[in-house]
Amino acid sequence: MKKTKQLFVGATLATLGLQTAQADYALNLMQGVTTVSHDIFDLHMLILWVCVFIGIAVFGTMFYSIYHHRKSKGHQAANFHENTTIEIIWTIIPTLILVGMAIPATKTMMELDNVQNSDISIKVTGKQWYWDYEYLGTGVHFESHLDASSEKAHRVDSIDPRSVPHYLLNVDKPLVVPVGKKIRFVFTSADVIHSWWVPDLGWKKDANPGFINEAWTQVDKAGTYRGQCTELCGRDHGFMPIVVIALEQGDYDKWVETTLAKQNEKPDLSDLSREQLMANGAAVYLKNCVACHQIDGAGAPGDYPALRGSAKVNAGIDPLIGFLQAGTSKMPSFAKLKDNELAAVITYIRNAPELGNKVGDEIQPKAITPVYDDE
Amino acid sequence: MSAVTAEHGHDDHHDDHAHGPEKGWLRWIITTNHKDIGTLYLLFALAMFFVGGTMAMIIRAELFEPGMQFVDPKFFNSMTTMHALVMVFGAVMPAFVGLANWMIPMMIGAPDMALPRMNNMSFWMLVAGVLLLASTLFMEGGAPAGGWTLYPPLVLQTGKALPFAIFSVHLLGISSIMGAINIVATILNMRAPAMTLMRMPLFVWTWLITGFLLIAIMPVFAGAVTMLLTDKFFHTSFFDAAGGGDPVLYQHIFWFFGHPEVYVMILPTFGVASTIIPVFARKPLFGYSSMVYATASIAFLSFIVWAHHMFTVGMPISGELYFMYATMLIAIPTGVKVFNWTATMWKGAMTFETPMLFSIAFVVLFTLGGFTGLMMSVAPVDFQYHDTYFIVAHFHYTLVPASIFILMAAGYYWMPKWTGHMYNEKVGQLHFWLSAISVNILFFPQHFLGLAGMPRRIPDYAIQFADWNMISSIGGFIFGASQLLFLWIVIDTIKGGTGEKVSDEVWEDAHKHGLEWTLPSPVPYHTFSTPPTVIPCDHN
Repeated sequence: MKKTKQLFVGATLATLGLQTAQADYALNLMQGVTTVSHDIFDLHMLILWVCVFIGIAVFGTMFYSIYHHRKSKGHQAANFHENTTIEIIWTIIPTLILVGMAIPATKTMMELDNVQNSDISIKVTGKQWYWDYEYLGTGVHFESHLDASSEKAHRVDSIDPRSVPHYLLNVDKPLVVPVGKKIRFVFTSADVIHSWWVPDLGWKKDANPGFINEAWTQVDKAGTYRGQCTELCGRDHGFMPIVVIALEQGDYDKWVETTLAKQNEKPDLSDLSREQLMANGAAVYLKNCVACHQIDGAGAPGDYPALRGSAKVNAGIDPLIGFLQAGTSKMPSFAKLKDNELAAVITYIRNAPELGNKVGDEIQPKAITPVYDDE
Repeated sequence: MSAVTAEHGHDDHHDDHAHGPEKGWLRWIITTNHKDIGTLYLLFALAMFFVGGTMAMIIRAELFEPGMQFVDPKFFNSMTTMHALVMVFGAVMPAFVGLANWMIPMMIGAPDMALPRMNNMSFWMLVAGVLLLASTLFMEGGAPAGGWTLYPPLVLQTGKALPFAIFSVHLLGISSIMGAINIVATILNMRAPAMTLMRMPLFVWTWLITGFLLIAIMPVFAGAVTMLLTDKFFHTSFFDAAGGGDPVLYQHIFWFFGHPEVYVMILPTFGVASTIIPVFARKPLFGYSSMVYATASIAFLSFIVWAHHMFTVGMPISGELYFMYATMLIAIPTGVKVFNWTATMWKGAMTFETPMLFSIAFVVLFTLGGFTGLMMSVAPVDFQYHDTYFIVAHFHYTLVPASIFILMAAGYYWMPKWTGHMYNEKVGQLHFWLSAISVNILFFPQHFLGLAGMPRRIPDYAIQFADWNMISSIGGFIFGASQLLFLWIVIDTIKGGTGEKVSDEVWEDAHKHGLEWTLPSPVPYHTFSTPPTVIPCDHN
């Protein structure tokens, strides 16, 4: 009933043109912020105009004929059914147009393909359902997940997506690049095929498991550019956005410095209050667990087991820690989580009322023993 | 059957009571009559059109507004996957096989299809295949949700449904191959003596070529999905890099099937349009032989352009350029066709009954789909378009207001011949206008969405895509509801329609354009037991 009402109200609003301010009626491809994206835009416009021109000629002729050559107007049918000259003409002209299009297209294609002489290389790994960025040779390496407010808002009967800034196009840690530098990307995947697309850069490239693809960009203008995964990659395909922030060289250098410092920081393993553990745990859960086990811990029947009432979650702590660190063939290892994060999320999944579990204990960071560690 | 009739000396074929239809419901199970089987195919396709359409309505309802309102993302993916599979293998292909069954023997002066028992079998295998596919909706882990292209490794994450989906593809493939062999054998062996190849109606020509396409590609698809099966259950690694395989190999094999496959759904469409437009323009088809050659060229090209579906998968530059140039070439024969249809209308004496309206809309809207196809052929620009709603708009323009509209046109055009009753022209025209307007409200905004950056196959989207999506959904709901009018018309026409007496030729001077209009309306159960001697032919 509520849905029907929503639909009805939505439809009425749409007809009255009373849409929210955030939405817009964009019509055309974006020009982007790189030389290649401009070339691509120009090619797009060239072909579009060629099509518009041919369309006007063909449809114009057709509609003239439909209007004038009607039986109701008393028009007598002619009886011709062949004309070799005109058939040759309308074969040759399109051929010439195609050659005219192929030449600039080939140039742009060659340009896109040239990954030589890059200044920075970034390895992009697609994973179900986030991106992993590694700045080759610098030690900068982080994951980029959908931001927490979008993560909550995209669930049935949750907060209104329109209240979330950059809904579904925002991440916790964006990819940061310097302007004016040639950046080479290498793409791969850890599971299924993904595809990395930022429209402002002018291209997308598939990330194939077990193989490497290359592409490059050089951003001319500092700014924030947003995109999404464009190859169907499973349940949360729609929820793994990309955010690229282009900074001036000086700001970029500072960003590398602070990112590295933060990355190498030892985690704070001091004891936390129960509230603090639960709050931290909820954040870790939202980022790492929710895609499969769902916000209410119900899982997805047939695909992902429920945490709600799960024996594994509610029994002993040590086997649970070991399980999370080692992973299985179905569940990835979470050895990447720091001890304080692991402690928090274990406390959370065992005690969160929204997951329906109530063991009544708490696990402090120091209690995490390295059953399995990849370092 | 014709031999038996001849022995008994029945020259007047529709007097032959000994070989009338079986009594009761069993008639429809065991029939070997091409008209019965054609009817079965067409009704089954219509039913599947509504099943696939319901899935489309679920998709459009979820995309009506940003945020998830109705379904789980996984189920949404199942819907996009199943919508495509049901529409392609359950609705459009069977509908054209149904038309071929009904019309080809009547168009070439044959008493029936060449292989009537296999004809029956291919229909029932189709039903089995589609039912098996539909049953996966109720299995643990849900129906396949990796897209109709069934790309690994994603498709290997399907739950219990995977082997069932693969077996259903096998059944559908066998059914299509049998149907295609039957059609090719009929056309090559059963023509009336005077029906030379270059006098055949274009619908027959396009189906002859389509038949060869199907025979060539269905085994390739069956092979590809069998490799999926062995990768999943028998420890092979065709598509798994860890064992020396390559997931992209699957895409090459799939699209070697997949590109000709999309032409399987459009070539017979060209044939029907080339049959209907001359009748209502009261003029012979312009450029008959160039139409035949263009169809053959398109079919040939369809085998050598497959990787344009994979421009962003990571190919060497030489591969990108080759597939770009080869794809661009398709525009030439396709252009010839559109110019020929326009020239056929030129200086005609046109009337605009429902079949003609749908055919004209087909020419215009298919051409729009062709334009976006041309745009996508340019590889560097496809780096932007690929896997966005621009692509969704493109192929829906070539499938809905093209293939589906022509199927509607064919329905209106031949229903009076099949049933002996005239459909309700007013309701038919209402159906046309509602469909033609709403289909554009539905699909045209999707071009804008794709260009603005909306990927395809996502259950939820960013706020800036909200307006066009809502408009698109509204168009979708109107389009979906309008199709109920067609259902009403089919039922009404079968029951008696307008009640007006339908002549043998139904449409003014139609007997000049095709053999089927020389037969009585409704068509008797057996026709052309003795081959016709006079062949109407509006060209040469």
